Amino acid sequence: MSPVALLNYKSRERQLWRFHGGIHIPDEKALSKERPAAQAPIPRFLVLPLQQHIGAIAKPKVAVGDRVLAGQRIADPVGYVSAAIHASSSGVVVAIEDRPVAHPSGLPAPCIVIETDGEDAAVEQLPPIVDYRHVERALLRERIRECGIVGLGGATFPTSVKVNPGHDQPIETLVINGVECEPYITCDDLLMQTRAVDVIEGVRILHHLLGVRACLIGVEDNKPEALAALRMALADSDMADCTEVVTIPTRYPSGGERQLIRILTGKEVPTDGIPAQIGVVCQNVSTTVAIAEAVLDGKPLISRLVTVTGRAISEPRNLLVRIGTPANELIDFCGGYREAPRKLISGGPMMGVQLASDQVPVTKGVNCLLALTADEAPDPGPPLACIRCGRCAEVCPANLLPQQIYWHARAKDLDKVQDYNLFDCIECGCCAHVCPSHIPLVQYYRFAKTASWARDQEARQAEHARARHAAKQARLERVERERQAKLRQKAEAVRDKPAGAGTAPCTEPKAAIEAAKQRAAAKRAAAGQDAAAPAQAGAVRPEKERLTQD
Amino acid sequence: MFAPVLALATLAAAFGLLLGYSAIRFRVEGDPIADQIDSLLPQTQCGQCGYPGCRPYAEALAKGETEIDQCTPGGEATMLALADLLGREPVVGEGREEVQRMVAVIDEQACIGCTLCQQACPVDAIVGAARNLHGVIERECTGCGLCVSPCPVECVRMVPIPTDTRAWKWPYPARVVSASR
Repeated sequence: MSPVALLNYKSRERQLWRFHGGIHIPDEKALSKERPAAQAPIPRFLVLPLQQHIGAIAKPKVAVGDRVLAGQRIADPVGYVSAAIHASSSGVVVAIEDRPVAHPSGLPAPCIVIETDGEDAAVEQLPPIVDYRHVERALLRERIRECGIVGLGGATFPTSVKVNPGHDQPIETLVINGVECEPYITCDDLLMQTRAVDVIEGVRILHHLLGVRACLIGVEDNKPEALAALRMALADSDMADCTEVVTIPTRYPSGGERQLIRILTGKEVPTDGIPAQIGVVCQNVSTTVAIAEAVLDGKPLISRLVTVTGRAISEPRNLLVRIGTPANELIDFCGGYREAPRKLISGGPMMGVQLASDQVPVTKGVNCLLALTADEAPDPGPPLACIRCGRCAEVCPANLLPQQIYWHARAKDLDKVQDYNLFDCIECGCCAHVCPSHIPLVQYYRFAKTASWARDQEARQAEHARARHAAKQARLERVERERQAKLRQKAEAVRDKPAGAGTAPCTEPKAAIEAAKQRAAAKRAAAGQDAAAPAQAGAVRPEKERLTQD
Repeated sequence: MFAPVLALATLAAAFGLLLGYSAIRFRVEGDPIADQIDSLLPQTQCGQCGYPGCRPYAEALAKGETEIDQCTPGGEATMLALADLLGREPVVGEGREEVQRMVAVIDEQACIGCTLCQQACPVDAIVGAARNLHGVIERECTGCGLCVSPCPVECVRMVPIPTDTRAWKWPYPARVVSASR
């Protein structure tokens, strides 16, 4: 489709906008749509990482040896930006320890390990809030938080925070993201086809919760069944007058939050800003369904749809998976590997995280397990020199200058990369995909981003250390001054003694004590508030005084 | 003959007065370059540069008395930042890659409560009192290691802080561009 045709692309009467750049890539979605979705079996061990979300790591509230039930909360959120974790089946907690997780570093992270008993006995669920239009919005947000819901599109930002933009941010438009633009992944497509009614229920809850006027559900035109199902469900509901299911042209990365908002509303989310600043909140369809389940059924987030696909998998398909199920068990359930995969990825081929091993658990943010063969993911070979062709800039959906950022990231110039707005980069991988020199551009950007964060944090720590060092120096000086002052005072008192006739030599011990007491009282009065009497001489003294003062 | 001499002398006197006045009026307290250098240093106060703390090193650098690669905890990043600030050539050397952050740990069994490590700590990250067990506030410890040598019973150790998934950084791409022309 030519850019001009895209510009005039219409879905019913709605005007659509176009974001800069983007690419067309084979969608490979048919692979996992051949077989019907299935429920994955309960694994013997569930491994639930305490960090499955953006924000503070959750705090375990169970101990090793405790019996837990499905849906029972096993870790509490810490602070506002955090999420609760629930047991996804019944069993006994056998360990709370570091286990390998789906993280690019391959480092282990703290997890709660549950040995399941196969009964899948559920804890008593939270009471449904059917009449949610007549309850406090804060109560609904609390329910979303209690159920541990995070953005299921992959970003895993706590939803309870996202649906609370604050009073000074009026939200006009709710955007529901059913785009699923990454190749291979079909779990959202399947969800929209099979649970369109729940999607609309979730939209209705969010419509009330955010007080929005219009809701737009964006779906790419390569998912006709999902579009039809959503339109049918919408026509049967009372939301038809304020909600619209919008067909958008297939183009990667239309499913990026900023890109989808641009396509549907024509608005640009500001740099360093969030969509709420322009009156938009965007939620993924899976998150929307999870919200509907949490509010209407009281069901916490303990399972999700995961696409297990790639040509290295024998029977690619979608699975309903309990959170915490090890990836290798899902792959075994799909018939195992057809051949040894060249690459195992959690997420899509463009933005996913490459896994070092398949012994990692599925977390809330994992929408796809992708095992690619050598044909699908050929080794690009060593990167060649940048020929300054500028194709990366043509395809960048964030309108950046990838080449400039690359040069400066390569030179480790962390100030310059920020001048070129590195932090607007969504790491979609378009630039690296089109690069004729196979330069791993995204890897350079990720390096520069984490290096910048680390540098900023080190600067903050250094500033803090400087303040503490200065405070210590000041205290030592003050203590030394006070000591000098006291010595001087004593010396003066000794010098004055022979001159003063008041202190007659005492023969009686009692009289001597009396005189000493009077002298002490006089001294105290003279010293005023500065009455800390030195107890001992020598090196220990400053420490003692310091402790009493601190 | 006299006119140009007079004119130049008058000008010289006028500008001399102006400069003299502004030197007093717009006098800058302290050394701004030393302040800027100090703000780039990691503030561990470890003394590994040969100066007693970060500030003295910054002042020595400002006077041009020392090299920019003396800060061990700052590593390559600090050296490059200093080179950038002072307009000097970056010093190429080995072993200046990533610096592992350390934290002090006191062996509770061995500590005799002498307060010597406490006095050595530049940032007051050690708490305790005479003849009482001392402890390190890990959050405040800069990992300078100044508390290790004063300990008479050798109960203070420096332990590397393990990298977890939160502190992990993406590595610099390993396969660098082969032919850069």
